[in-house]
Amino acid sequence: MTTALNCEQVAKKITRALPGAVVAADKAAVVVTSKSLYQVAEFLKNTPAFDFDYLTNLTAVDYMDYFEVIYHLISLKHNHSLVLKTRCRDRDKPVVPSVVSLWRSADFQEREIYDLMGIAFEGHPNLKRLLLWEGFVGHPLRRDYL
Amino acid sequence: MEIERYPMIPSNEIDAAEGLRINSLMAASQYPIPDPDSWLDEELSRNVLITTVDYVLDWARSRSVFPLMFGLACCAFEMIGTAASRFDIARFGMDIFRWSPRQADLMIVAGTLTWKMAPAVKLVYEQMAEPKWVIAMGQCTISGGPFRESYSVVPGINRIIPVDVYVPGCPPRPEGLLHGISKIHEKIIKESIQKA
Repeated sequence: MTTALNCEQVAKKITRALPGAVVAADKAAVVVTSKSLYQVAEFLKNTPAFDFDYLTNLTAVDYMDYFEVIYHLISLKHNHSLVLKTRCRDRDKPVVPSVVSLWRSADFQEREIYDLMGIAFEGHPNLKRLLLWEGFVGHPLRRDYL
Repeated sequence: MEIERYPMIPSNEIDAAEGLRINSLMAASQYPIPDPDSWLDEELSRNVLITTVDYVLDWARSRSVFPLMFGLACCAFEMIGTAASRFDIARFGMDIFRWSPRQADLMIVAGTLTWKMAPAVKLVYEQMAEPKWVIAMGQCTISGGPFRESYSVVPGINRIIPVDVYVPGCPPRPEGLLHGISKIHEKIIKESIQKA
């Protein structure tokens, strides 16, 4: 079975490599700043001890005060998993760096989040609506939609 | 590592045209299309001279209705079950489900219709040859069902195309669909070439 890594220990290792990146860490997840998200993702993917080569899930939650983008990572080699989160406080123009260049499975998921939640992913090669049509007004999964 | 734009991406003009088509259809279909059925009771006003022609024509039409498969969601499986050997839709002369609208007389719309799919439904309906009939199968097709207030679901297919028979249920049993088909037969038998 896939074992979940101890997120507090992972957070310490991330802080050692990238100081100031981690905002919070508990048993469930590591929360990093959206500015350093790409560097953290690159670190988690390329460090041999972690080797997170597979992004299983990428989703977003609207907490009214902020948006939270959640990355579920798995290493097929070590068979362990990690939940990575980042927060975005700008409600009018939320921007998070794209991780498509690291994991191709992020492509459609980022487009879906852009479509339904309105979070723009900087560096995405083809950021446009996925499920709804062009010209649709608003982002329906936001809490304040209608 | 930088990823270039993918070569197979359709251009934005196609997306914009699709969005424009959907939005204009949405604006044009805010109200249900009326489906007058008072003529069904007007037995005596028929012209006596063409009654026999009507009788033969309607007899032939009602016993060779070829359905068009338009399965959109879970109701489609009940429709497939109706066509299979247990319920055997071939008893009513509806031997084969046609995949081409040009060879079909009856459109069975089964399942949730979204606004993105609505132009396709309208196009397929317009491609069918006259005379043509429509069965709305299941709550979602009839009124939007549990998704009626949703941002992406058409609240009733009768805003897009005129409907002859509604088969309620979530999903309706195959017996329900067969009952709806027998209602369509009753309706066809009452039609007259005078009106066409």
